[in-house]
Amino acid sequence: MSDNVLLEMREITKTFPGVKALDRVSLRAQKGHIHAIVGENGAGKSTLMNVLSGIYPYGTYDGDIYFDGELCKFKGVRDSEGKGIVIIHQELALIPQLSVAENIFLGNERLSAKGVVDWSQTYLYADKLLRSVNLHVDPGTQVQTLGVGKQQLVEIAKALSKDVKLLILDEPTAALNDEESEKLLELILSLKQQGITSIIISHKIHEVRKVADEITILRDGSTVETLLNDSDVTEERIIRGMVGRDLSQRFPPRERDIDPTKLFEIENWSVGDEANPSRKKLENINIRVAKGEVVGIAGLMGAGRTELCKSVFGRTYGASVEGDLRLHGKQIRARTPAEAIQHSIAYVTEDRKGEGLILSQSVTTNLTLSNLERVGSNHTVNHLLELVESEKLRDEFHIKAPDLFQAVGNLSGGNQQKVMLAKWVFAEPEVLIMDEPTRGIDVGAKYEVYTLINKLALEGKHILVISSEMAELIGLCDRIYIMNEGSIIGEVSGETATQENIMAAIIQSSKE
Amino acid sequence: MTTLKSSSKTNIREYTMGFALVVLIIVLQFATQGTMLKPLNVSNLLHQNMYVFVLGMGMLLCILTGGNIDLAVGSVVAFCGAIAGVLMVDMKVPTLPAVLLILLSGLAVGAWQGFWIAFVKVHPWITTLSGSLIFRGLAQVILNGRSIGPFPEAYQFLATGFLEDFSAGTGRHMLTLVIGAAGTLVLAAVLLISHYGNKKNGLPTESTGQLIVKILIFALFINAICWLLAGYKGISFAMLVLVGLILIFSFITKKSVFGRHLYAMGGNIKAAKLSGINTKRMMFIVYLISGLMAALAGILVTSRLNAATPKAGVGYELDAVAACFLGGASISGGAGTVYGVMVGALIMGVLNNGMSLLGVSIDWQSAIKGLVVLVAVAFDMYFKNKQRYSI
Repeated sequence: MSDNVLLEMREITKTFPGVKALDRVSLRAQKGHIHAIVGENGAGKSTLMNVLSGIYPYGTYDGDIYFDGELCKFKGVRDSEGKGIVIIHQELALIPQLSVAENIFLGNERLSAKGVVDWSQTYLYADKLLRSVNLHVDPGTQVQTLGVGKQQLVEIAKALSKDVKLLILDEPTAALNDEESEKLLELILSLKQQGITSIIISHKIHEVRKVADEITILRDGSTVETLLNDSDVTEERIIRGMVGRDLSQRFPPRERDIDPTKLFEIENWSVGDEANPSRKKLENINIRVAKGEVVGIAGLMGAGRTELCKSVFGRTYGASVEGDLRLHGKQIRARTPAEAIQHSIAYVTEDRKGEGLILSQSVTTNLTLSNLERVGSNHTVNHLLELVESEKLRDEFHIKAPDLFQAVGNLSGGNQQKVMLAKWVFAEPEVLIMDEPTRGIDVGAKYEVYTLINKLALEGKHILVISSEMAELIGLCDRIYIMNEGSIIGEVSGETATQENIMAAIIQSSKE
Repeated sequence: MTTLKSSSKTNIREYTMGFALVVLIIVLQFATQGTMLKPLNVSNLLHQNMYVFVLGMGMLLCILTGGNIDLAVGSVVAFCGAIAGVLMVDMKVPTLPAVLLILLSGLAVGAWQGFWIAFVKVHPWITTLSGSLIFRGLAQVILNGRSIGPFPEAYQFLATGFLEDFSAGTGRHMLTLVIGAAGTLVLAAVLLISHYGNKKNGLPTESTGQLIVKILIFALFINAICWLLAGYKGISFAMLVLVGLILIFSFITKKSVFGRHLYAMGGNIKAAKLSGINTKRMMFIVYLISGLMAALAGILVTSRLNAATPKAGVGYELDAVAACFLGGASISGGAGTVYGVMVGALIMGVLNNGMSLLGVSIDWQSAIKGLVVLVAVAFDMYFKNKQRYSI
């Protein structure tokens, strides 16, 4: 390697009470390169970045950080940002009520005199920055009106405003669909042309393969290896490094027992936009899912997939809902979540922290919440029975938790996801709607979730899956509906589906 | 990175506050040269602060739903007291129907507030702030600005009546000692049954040693209080009501599906909704209960004072809120226990009483109480932050 090193982290060790999160991890990022860090959840990627940015200040870890050849002793984020190191976290740190321009210069305001904001400079410069990240919105736009993909770009513009030398992106594409991800990766490549060094933390190996110059693999708090991203490196090679074993197939084999006579049907389903009821968000949607079948819904962000599922699940989305739901030929009235649950429908949300789990409460409490009647009688919870049932679920779903009293928020993302899935299986549904069931969880945990989905299908559930990862839908589903702008525009079988023909259908329909 | 409270099993704040209470009592016992724990004083202390216990329990439910509080309870105490006065003093309605009517008016107040909060979605702070003005005003209107009394004897018995002893003249109130002993036995039995039930099913349990210590502490506490009370007039009717309320509210929060739903709402209201919990109905019921508790407090206050006055209950809502937060309830909801609220209320009560005994002026008392609440919660936050664990 040349001595053109921008950042070197040497033998970083960071311990938390009882856990060694990082064990002598080293990392060298070359100037002007894109360096990727991959690893399973809990491998220590985020901790390493928190050490670098000063969130864990100098002295709370062992090892040295050299930036631009200089030994760094950051006491806080301000110090690292002063050096030109900017992290964009997975959870965006924008203030939704403020404008794009205000967010970009937050804490770094353009001033005309001491303490006085110079608005014309602010807007002028913000506009320039926005153009450099290919975001064509008015700098006065409120951030909350933008989608996640655009908000991400605002974050990058904000980083650029600080004369960034090293840009660190933590799971930048986790909340983006394929198209938005593509754009973001292109932007990172173009920033590289401008001489900005980036570190990308990602679960999505194909993206890493596409943009990175070097790839560092972490596992269980240690560096496994750093690879030069050339043609010799394959995705399988990287996955092997991450999980320490071969995942010969990304999708587990599946046994099928589909009963096409027993259907869950969504008929002529139309839903008004919640924010603007006169506008139709969903129009005349027809979907059926047979017993034992796994059916996917593909589409870009904003196509209305989550809205569809939520409106079906007790009208938790939508202004005026029209249409029928049928299970095994019988019409269902599900106007509230309670009624939906009663009629054997379950909805596993895409947002497990925001609306899926009660993070501060125990695994048990979360598991039984949607069906407390099952562990009690006469409005009284039988704690003993509850614990016994939770213990069964923990075994069945391979939930790794020290004990059932552990707060769910202390578990890893993959285990949280399994808790959420187990919670809804406990509600004894016939129809299981899963919204992004593997969002933000690592390769190993994904495999386990797929295995569980297959098992539930075999047990005779009707399963409807939304995913922004098309490869996942193709690997998992018997049939895939393609959705765009609030309508179903096509349907493909799992065998004939390819990412290309699904994308082509969406693009075709958008043109019409 | 998320910061989390450890599970309710190891809520440190409750135990530290329990410990703080004991220390406070010991310090005041010495400072007042033994007056603090004189039987007469203990009995007075409990009766004077009965309203904090009662309102605190209703307030706890409001707080559990997500840090919502009921700012109106102080005014509702006055409002229900006013109704009591009009019914019994002016209209000479007999005690029992009058009490039922007062409780009903408390429920009506609760339904009024619950309606605006749950169905019109006016924020609880605003609804109950306006409620506090409305019901204070109505209390004044009903009483026309005057204080009225006296109440019938049967009504006075509610707050000031004591249970009659079966063997008079032994010095100590024997019935009280017997009730204390019986209560200890029941509690020990319940703890033992649940312990061995868990063990039999292979569930995690505390060690036998811990269990014995726990039972001993409870036994000591219950019997010590009963012993002290027996030195005066024994257990009062109001105390029995309080014990009943503690049992009911403990059941609600620990065992009932309703209680579980309350904690879930406070923990994450979106997740609670998606789990099929009717959060509107929950909110409505919680404010209904808070209204009922305020009516009950109104009864106890007027009965003890033997007069209904429009100025009754001023600032009571703040005492109740302070008791909840001292007792470990979370400002964001989803955490807090009846036991904690009782400890918090006792701390407030012991402070009030101790400072009065020491001759601290009323003006200083308020300032000192405020400071204690601030420091206590700050200490607690400090220790909680130390426990922080990030992944």
